[in-house]
Amino acid sequence: MRVKIRLFGGPREILGKSELDRDVEAGLTAGRLVADLMEEYPVLESYAPVIKIAVNQRYADAETELREGDEIACIPPVAGG
Amino acid sequence: MAEQKSASLFEVTTGELSVDDVVARVANPSIGALASFVGVARDHTDGRQVRYLEYEHYPGMAEEMLQQVGDEIRARWTTIEKVAIVHRVGRLEPGEISTVIALCAAHREEVFDALRYAINRLKEIVPIWKKEIWADGAEWKGEW
Repeated sequence: MRVKIRLFGGPREILGKSELDRDVEAGLTAGRLVADLMEEYPVLESYAPVIKIAVNQRYADAETELREGDEIACIPPVAGG
Repeated sequence: MAEQKSASLFEVTTGELSVDDVVARVANPSIGALASFVGVARDHTDGRQVRYLEYEHYPGMAEEMLQQVGDEIRARWTTIEKVAIVHRVGRLEPGEISTVIALCAAHREEVFDALRYAINRLKEIVPIWKKEIWADGAEWKGEW
């Protein structure tokens, strides 16, 4: 199934991309997807411990099982205000 | 109890912010107290001169989370009648306004606590990011 990954801030700038499409197996968790991304791009390593995950624009547990068409966002530490 | 959904109460914009404009979004004759917080782009950090700031946000989720901050406030302090939070993104020069929060109640007691909660919560959960650009480098700020 197809899912979309959204990137912001530092990770977006490092990869030079704000979106990635991925074909993944049904039942994959959001946490596994993001962990795989960090392995695929070792330049993101420093972000691995601090990334939060959003699924379809809501903060989500790493255990969240993904569905076709989901939008998964890597949320690095926020800095509004 | 959800705050009435309105782009004008919880907004992310690239336009210049005006305190009066945001205050006007919550002001009405039935309230006796109105408090506002104004966040400003600072020209230095840890002894370094900041040339400018670049803010970015997650469109959709950022506005939703601003609304959530408003909902949380109205759940915790039932006397707070209305909350507006507007954040600017894009390039900001030092001295420009990055965020304006305004909230109101019949009486003054709770507006101060609610205002502090609003800015602290914004900094915790709202997906907005800030990059500082110095003369000799740049850095994405933020910590959980």
